[in-house]
Amino acid sequence: MGDPLFWHRLQFGFTATFHYLFPQLTMGLAFIIVVLKALGLKTGEARYNDAARFWIRIFGINFAIGVVTGIPMEFQFGTNWAQFSRFSGGIIGQTLGMEGMFAFFLESSFLGLLVWGEKKLSPKGHFGAALALWVGSWLSGYFIIATNAFMQHPVGYTMGADGTVQLASFWTFLLNPWALVQYAHNMVATVVTGSFVVAAVGAFWSLKGIHETQARLNLKVGTILGLVFSVLVAFPTGDLQGKMVAKHQPVTLAAMEGRFDSGTHAPLTLIGQPNVAQRRIENPIRLPAVLSFIAYGSFSSNVKGLEAFPQDQWPQNIEFLYYAFHIMAGLGTLMILVMALAVLLLWRKKLDSSRAMLWVLMLAFPFPYIATTAGWVVTEFGRQPWLLYGLLRTTQGGSPTVNAGQTAFTTLGFAGIFVVLGILFLFLVGRELAHGPESHAEKA
Amino acid sequence: MEMLWFWLVSVMVAIYVVLDGFDFGAGILHLFVAKTNEERREVLGAIGPLWDGNEVWLLAGGGSMFLAFPKVLASGFSGFYLAMWLVVWCLMLRGISIEFRSHLKDGLWRHFWDSTFAVSSILLPILFGAALGNVLRGVPVDGSGYFEMALWTNFRVGTHPGILDWYTVLIGVFALATLAGHGALFLAWKTEGPVHDRARALAMKLWGLVLVLWIVSSYATSIVNPGVFENLPKAPLGWLATLIFLAGLVLVFVGTKQARPLLAFIGSGAFILGLLAASAACVYPVMLRSTLDPAYSLTALNASVGGPGLRAGLVWWLIGFPIALGYFAFLFRFHRGKVKAAAEGEGY
Ligand code: HDD
Ligand code: HEM
Ligand code: HEM
Repeated sequence: MGDPLFWHRLQFGFTATFHYLFPQLTMGLAFIIVVLKALGLKTGEARYNDAARFWIRIFGINFAIGVVTGIPMEFQFGTNWAQFSRFSGGIIGQTLGMEGMFAFFLESSFLGLLVWGEKKLSPKGHFGAALALWVGSWLSGYFIIATNAFMQHPVGYTMGADGTVQLASFWTFLLNPWALVQYAHNMVATVVTGSFVVAAVGAFWSLKGIHETQARLNLKVGTILGLVFSVLVAFPTGDLQGKMVAKHQPVTLAAMEGRFDSGTHAPLTLIGQPNVAQRRIENPIRLPAVLSFIAYGSFSSNVKGLEAFPQDQWPQNIEFLYYAFHIMAGLGTLMILVMALAVLLLWRKKLDSSRAMLWVLMLAFPFPYIATTAGWVVTEFGRQPWLLYGLLRTTQGGSPTVNAGQTAFTTLGFAGIFVVLGILFLFLVGRELAHGPESHAEKA
Repeated sequence: MEMLWFWLVSVMVAIYVVLDGFDFGAGILHLFVAKTNEERREVLGAIGPLWDGNEVWLLAGGGSMFLAFPKVLASGFSGFYLAMWLVVWCLMLRGISIEFRSHLKDGLWRHFWDSTFAVSSILLPILFGAALGNVLRGVPVDGSGYFEMALWTNFRVGTHPGILDWYTVLIGVFALATLAGHGALFLAWKTEGPVHDRARALAMKLWGLVLVLWIVSSYATSIVNPGVFENLPKAPLGWLATLIFLAGLVLVFVGTKQARPLLAFIGSGAFILGLLAASAACVYPVMLRSTLDPAYSLTALNASVGGPGLRAGLVWWLIGFPIALGYFAFLFRFHRGKVKAAAEGEGY
């Protein structure tokens, strides 16, 4: 507890986790709003614009919290990770700077137009604002993922004379293969979050028997997009992520899978409890040789276990990593099943009358949030003990002049502010849900 | 290249202060110039569509500093640790109060956010001013390139000063008055009726105060950092900056007298921009001056990341900067004219 590093890590992880609850809905909804506005333009039907207008209100509230929780993230590189910033700022500063220049300016300029500008703009103009916001938010996603990807798999750098990393190839760095894969997986996941939320709201109205046209529309859009993107999140993108980890961070893969021994025909553990002290999985249920296939494309390939690596290269919290990964992948499977069933009912025109399914859809919206958070835990804890994989250890990255007391104090400060923000968010979104879409549906 | 980036970062920070400055100013003054709910919503309507974009200049400026001079960022942010978080918390509360105030029609709710908006808008310029004061006065950077500072010690200026001492507080108050004046001119330009009249009357008084504080602060700076002005006459950019801020000051008074609010507002923008640029010219190439030994100071030369990174950054900077200016031109045009409070349930 007296260790500053402990608090730096706690503070960063806590604030990043909280921040990410909001941008994932921003990015997912931005896409869905573009879809709704496009359908509205194409068909000329008012119900699409009504739905878009409702989601834009939610978007506005969500975005505001995303902005104010994002600002401290940017500062923490300097305040909490001074040595890390000094070491790698010449490279990750590039993407963080570009994020401001190319993405945040775009988003902040068009947000007001999207939320409050419908009356002043033509329908095409309003669609344009939605499009700009979608591009802006997905661009900001790319720059931040590229930053993170450099920490996972550094490329495009050379070691400078002063012992810091220097940019060697801008494009190699920006188009890091790790970033491309991570981006695809992550962005697909944001649409999953968005569609689960849309479907849950549709289900809620449907169960209450209010706003019927809108309930049906939201259910339809939410479940169809939900199914498509839930599948995409597992395959091909999740699968590619796994292969990336297998190739560049084999020790992380071993920890995620709870694999202690090396060997060919590695089985995939579906369930089981890792016991790190005795280096085995207890009560496992396994699929023989499947892990070898998933990781390297052949049942007979050799998947190294943790024993093949020196212990000072192991991620510190193997149990946590193992459970987080299995929660993500498990929920991913469950979410495909839920959406597949819902779409089946939709196709048979039985979704509106199937109360059990509606209940499931209404209550399932936390699943993607849990899965994305677990996913980040896998990414960030899996990277340990490195801050920059293979280059800089986490123990070397903190701020030398900041002590544990200060960081503990500010962490508590954040906890306080975040509680208030969380309550405000739920309260304001709850009000919008109770209002429903019609109340804003007067002709623009 | 290092010199160019020193100026790019300085310019971005200065643009940030000019732009976010007017919405800080609106926040400082709104309790005084806008009395009714309608009037408050007029003020918020004037800055609502702009404040987030203005704040992005801080992020983009910070990002530019990160990529070009990471050693300065690392040392400064961790050295000012607690002050940094005060700034961030104020920014957070301010953003939320602008965005959420008008969501509910309840009087108590609105009073609460109005006060939060005012308090955070008053604290921020003082903190930013104090930050500038620290840069001009110097901080105890040692051989490791880092420093550690208490929020305040005995309020004296020495080799181990606090973040707040008499000098930095003075600069903080100067910043508060300047941004209040800047915001008053912005509101005079964008509003009509009672808000306009009150803002204009206040602007006159505030700018008188700014003039006095400017002279006092300049004198104080020459005491805490002797020789700081020696650079100025030697740098052509310093001359230019001085010209800009003096012209700005004249415009402020002329514009206010002749009831040409846009002219006065442009003048106050030029004053802030020029004054910050002149300060940058004074300290160049030092970014964090060491109070212990000039050899420990972090400068644009010894803290830079070196050629390849700076060159790559310049390429996208030159593309991104005009685009960003384009958005702002578009926004200001789109929202041109005087603001009116939006209907309930809409707008800010
Ligand atoms: C809806 C959310 C969601 C779902 C259902 C899944 N993922 Fe995921 N996953 C994420 C959301 C996510 C994420 C939050 O978006 C992460 C965190 C970092 C990132 O870029 O994506 C992530 C990271 C992540 C990583 C970590 C990479 C690393 O260590 O850097 C792997 C290996 C996978 N995913 C693989 C999968 C597989 C095989 C899934 C099977 C169904 C799966 N994910 C479902
Ligand atoms: C939004 C999603 C993210 C979540 C949920 C998340 C979560 C976490 C967590 C839990 C930790 C603590 C890890 C540990 O102590 O072992 C951490 C550390 C860290 N993460 Fe992330 N992170 C996210 C995104 C990012 C991104 C995009 C970056 C980089 C740009 C990043 C950079 C860091 C850094 C610098 C640390 C501190 C060093 C460390 O302990 O590893 N994170 N993050
Ligand atoms: C830990 C690293 C992170 C930092 C430093 C960071 C920084 C920021 C900042 C400063 C803002 C506010 C921008 C404004 O004022 O308009 C913001 C919002 C945003 N961030 Fe993050 N962020 C981080 C993690 C993430 C991740 C992992 C993602 C997604 C992949 C993400 C996506 C977004 C998006 C889309 C926004 C727009 C506002 C919103 O969505 O609510 N951020 N972020």
